[in-house]
Amino acid sequence: MAAESARKFEALEAQATSLLDVFKRAGYEQVAPSIIQPADIFLDQIGEQVRSRTYVFTDLAGHELCLRPDLTVPVSRLYLERYHDASTPARFCYNGPAFRFQPDRNNQAHPREFRQAGIESFGAKNKESADVETVLLAVEAVRSAGLKDFRLHFGDIALFYAFIDSLALPDRWRLKLRHYFWRPPVFHALLSRLARGERPDAEGPAVALARTLDRDDPERSEELVARYLDEKGLPLAGNRTLSEVTARLLDLLGDLRAEPLRKEVATVIDRFLAVSAQPKEAVERVAVIAKGAGIDVAPAVQALVRRFERLERGGIDLGKSTFATEFGRSFEYYSGLVFQIEVEGEREAGQIAGGGRYDGLLAHIGAPRDVPAIGSAIHTERLLAAVERRAP
Amino acid sequence: MTGSKLSIAVPSKGRLKDQAADVFERAGVPLRNKGHERGYRATLDGLDGVEVVLTSAAEIVHELKSGRVHLGITGEDLIRETLADVDGSVEFLAPLGLGRADVVVAVPDCWIDVARMADLEDVAAQFVRAHGRRLRVATKYMNLTRRFFAANGVAGYRIMESVGATEATPAAGTAELIVDITTTGTTLRANHLKVLEDGLILRSQAHLFASRAAPWDASPKRLRDVICNRLKTL
Repeated sequence: MAAESARKFEALEAQATSLLDVFKRAGYEQVAPSIIQPADIFLDQIGEQVRSRTYVFTDLAGHELCLRPDLTVPVSRLYLERYHDASTPARFCYNGPAFRFQPDRNNQAHPREFRQAGIESFGAKNKESADVETVLLAVEAVRSAGLKDFRLHFGDIALFYAFIDSLALPDRWRLKLRHYFWRPPVFHALLSRLARGERPDAEGPAVALARTLDRDDPERSEELVARYLDEKGLPLAGNRTLSEVTARLLDLLGDLRAEPLRKEVATVIDRFLAVSAQPKEAVERVAVIAKGAGIDVAPAVQALVRRFERLERGGIDLGKSTFATEFGRSFEYYSGLVFQIEVEGEREAGQIAGGGRYDGLLAHIGAPRDVPAIGSAIHTERLLAAVERRAP
Repeated sequence: MTGSKLSIAVPSKGRLKDQAADVFERAGVPLRNKGHERGYRATLDGLDGVEVVLTSAAEIVHELKSGRVHLGITGEDLIRETLADVDGSVEFLAPLGLGRADVVVAVPDCWIDVARMADLEDVAAQFVRAHGRRLRVATKYMNLTRRFFAANGVAGYRIMESVGATEATPAAGTAELIVDITTTGTTLRANHLKVLEDGLILRSQAHLFASRAAPWDASPKRLRDVICNRLKTL
């Protein structure tokens, strides 16, 4: 931080030592990934929302670099550097700076330079155990730093996917809903558009061309699209291929012919995404909604129930926790359980720690396949501030 | 900047410079360079107490923001792109009808399946499945792009900063689409790009701006009113 006092530095150092002790005792190896990271890999994974807050620069050799806005991607890269084939399980912990531009100016609750202490676990086959271990360890760490009064907030991306996958929907709609999960306002707009059975603009040239295509014969359709482009003098330029353009025209054709989304289905999705309650109650509500809709999400629900049971046995007060089906929609690489440790505070200032499962990330940054991965990071300045606020 | 003088920043090169000089000429207060021809200081003939600073249109935005000049002539596109708090930093005194240009979203015209912003997010989802990376948008307008895309619910992209020949990036394969300025659309068409139906981000032109951070004593205020009135009667 810009105006870090000597006393604050010492307090943060002492806190970091105790956090790292907790992690290392649990078998996590301490690592220190590079602060300067290639911008490419980062920005492709994290998305424009965080990119707009990432310090990106070009060095004298013309390489586009960034100051890491977060440590999950750097630690994942470090893991892949050590284990190219990603087949060896490994557990790492860290404490180090991360950097984010603060649009409302740099201040204590939202510093542009802050330190994250955290853990990442790669390749653990038993996902349930790894999930539980990560949450319990993050909680143990903040407790060891002196935080007493906090609550946990949970979400589960896998449950949403299971829900959408079990509904009777055309595949192209399923893909869209899964994708738009990350953009809540657009998601709701899309849902109501599908439910109203709104037709795409029936007059446009794209629609006219789409009507000449055949959904059962993509090859022939591609030829027709190629001929159309040729006749209109539109050269196929850039990275998007003929088959990608054709695929979207075929989807358009499908939408032109499809029955609208059944109103009950849209309602069920809305009701599902409105669930927010204490974890056990929330899970029950999801089960009731699924049963009412005649769909089977039992495996995903049971997986969640078992996790909560084990967390409760591990000393988590579920009565003070919440679970929301909508929670977790900001970091697109999350794929399963997500959680946050919170105290009172305005906006992000009350978010002491967060974490979640991100099984798809490693394949995107160079692993030969998806790798089970979960982690958690503590915002150490906020943790220190919360502990000191409660100190006499 | 001396307390009693009014300083006004005017573009120092390109078409905007000539057009701005023409405006002052017609307003009856022609620009007169101080010293040699390539100097960066000038005066307005017939208006004592005015100091003209000649500098780039982009630099004028910073001069206005910091209050180093009272007034400045520059493009609305640069003002909206550069300043986080437009209304808190500058006041729009008079549109000048110069430097007209539209900031638009343009895609390859072979994307016949794409007509509107709403199509872009679908393409973004498809592109990441097919190519394992995000759609890239080449632009020098990073902030305008981000705000406009967010307002339209498009998030599956990343920005490639581009300072020249932006319109050539899709064909060259270094970006998939662009956000750029266009006046007649000729350059876009020559590069086989089309503007999305709802892809107009900003209809820009040059304005006379006043800095909110500059020291507005009585004398600069009076001179500002004189200049404004002269420009408004054109």
